[in-house]
Amino acid sequence: MQFVKKFWTGASMDPLRSKIVPVLTILGIMIVAWYAFAVVLNGPFQRDLDRRAGRSPGLAGFLVETWSQPKPTLPAPHQVAQNFFNTTFMVKPWSRRSLVYHSWVTLSSTFVGFVFGAMLGILIAVGIVHFTSLDRSLMPWIITSQTIPILAIAPMVVVVFASIGITGLIPKALISTYLSFFPVAVGMVKGLRSPELMHLDLMRTYNATASQVFWKLRLPASLPFLFASMKVGVAASLVGAIVAELPTGAVAGIGAKLLAGSYYSQTIEIWAALVAGSLVAVVLVMLVGLAERITGRAMGGRPA
Amino acid sequence: MSRPFAWQMAAALVLVLGGMALETMQGGTAANIWPALGLVLVAAIAGSLFATAPLIEAGIAFIGAHGAAWLLISGIAGHEGNAGPSFYLALVGAWLLAWRCVTALSAIKPASRQAAAALGLIIPVIFGVWILILWEAIVRGAGIPFLLLPAPSAIGARIVSSASILAADVNQTVFKAVLAGYAIGCISGFAAAVAADRFIFLRRGLLPIGNMAAALPIIGVAPIMVMWFGFGWESKAAVVVVMTFFPMLVNTVAGLSSAGHMERDLMRTYASGYWQMLFKLRLPAAMPFIFNALKINSTLALIGAIVAEFFGTPVVGMGFRISTEVGRMNIDMVWAEIAVAAVAGSVFYGGVALLERAVTFWHPSIRGG
Repeated sequence: MQFVKKFWTGASMDPLRSKIVPVLTILGIMIVAWYAFAVVLNGPFQRDLDRRAGRSPGLAGFLVETWSQPKPTLPAPHQVAQNFFNTTFMVKPWSRRSLVYHSWVTLSSTFVGFVFGAMLGILIAVGIVHFTSLDRSLMPWIITSQTIPILAIAPMVVVVFASIGITGLIPKALISTYLSFFPVAVGMVKGLRSPELMHLDLMRTYNATASQVFWKLRLPASLPFLFASMKVGVAASLVGAIVAELPTGAVAGIGAKLLAGSYYSQTIEIWAALVAGSLVAVVLVMLVGLAERITGRAMGGRPA
Repeated sequence: MSRPFAWQMAAALVLVLGGMALETMQGGTAANIWPALGLVLVAAIAGSLFATAPLIEAGIAFIGAHGAAWLLISGIAGHEGNAGPSFYLALVGAWLLAWRCVTALSAIKPASRQAAAALGLIIPVIFGVWILILWEAIVRGAGIPFLLLPAPSAIGARIVSSASILAADVNQTVFKAVLAGYAIGCISGFAAAVAADRFIFLRRGLLPIGNMAAALPIIGVAPIMVMWFGFGWESKAAVVVVMTFFPMLVNTVAGLSSAGHMERDLMRTYASGYWQMLFKLRLPAAMPFIFNALKINSTLALIGAIVAEFFGTPVVGMGFRISTEVGRMNIDMVWAEIAVAAVAGSVFYGGVALLERAVTFWHPSIRGG
């Protein structure tokens, strides 16, 4: 009883009990619910199918049938996992049927777009911190620019670029750039302004120039903010790349895979592509986290 | 520091003189640039010599910059695509004057609150207007093909001429899909957060998943929702629900734990129960976080609805219009739709921000003005 009480109030700091068990429990509940929903959603069609074929399977048979339709309304988790496994490990990574190939296409434009977006964001932030006129005139527009549903432009950018002969990576990367510059710019402005007045005054007593203040105080102080905003930016960048693949021009990538799946009602393929997209997102965020840790260590930071 | 050297004025002067020299040597291009060059020249000289106060300098620069821009754009009519280098020199000169104007305005420290607010509005407006001016002047001066980038004036004309179609699209996408999905998503996210706050086990399980969901391309569920709920607005609302749920959950949970220990202890000394504590202390304290989520969700919702329409709609809706008009190469209609979407998104965001001001008037970030 004591254990149970501890368990529910979270009095212990054991990472296994306080983190892993709850997350796994919730995930387990979700998977059970998923199977249940698969029965509910695929059931009517399966019943119809059985009635026409004149079969009357028992409860167990009916359940198994709803979980193994070729084009279900909601595919069961194991169907998605199987499809994901088959299209990831069982085919050559460079073939068009492979999810690795499609993920790579999306990943490359995400990456290019993110690098440009992060650089643009940092440049804008440096400008905003150093010129009052830029701060007053540009900052409101940067915020407004994000209330614009910019993803709506994505298909047009791709088509317009295609009409002047530029296809492939660049138009998609451009959309990723637009989506990722904003979080980086805002976070970086915050970071570059994060040194306290005391520190800035100290730099002044050292007779430091503006560039010295920037390189020795503002930039190091801004790094935690930069990495936090880069994690947001890289996720936005991936969304941009996926949506940019939706219009007619795209033939490869996770977005194209989603669109093809929706045309041909291949629900299992859609879910597998979603899983692949999510994995790419997790990997990207982890890469930024890794860069953060390496930079922190190089600067002599202690783990907080 | 009171009057730094106005390098923009000097640069504008040099550019305009260069433009004049070019114009005399080549004997004039198709369009008449002289009035604009002259105006920039006069404004730059007057601004450097007679500007005693920042306000006067800003006024002179303002008149010079925008008068010259107007002269340039109206002068290029009928000569599209034939602009010579002097046209661009005059344009850059006028732009530098506008920059000087903004710099002078930024340097003003207004005494009254109203003047500060007006200044905070005028400066970004000048910047935005100049984006449009440069866009219009370069598109028309260089004769950029209509297919690639239509001029703002053409987009404006298109908005006026097809207002009824745009209104129907906004009605379908914003007033049906976005608002319904936004309300359901935010309310259910909020309810889940309150439950997660009550049961620590649920919080430990849900929060890591919610945090991870922020990085996931959730928009990818759009084709599935369209398959489940059909082509109508319901499927778009469902996408919006899924997209707005997790930001609301994560932010509300963070907000509910933001009330300080002192305040909690005070409530405890009042012998308040869980619900009293929730409604009188913790929910009000969570409001800044909740509004943060509402703001994030306002843009996410519009994006979700528009992108979901790429996967299939009835023949109305902003996303539908964008994808079909791109296919028919009616680029001006696409831009018109995007302009309307931008206005809708900004109004939505602004509405939430106004509500935030009214609800969290006590918060330092708003009280401080």
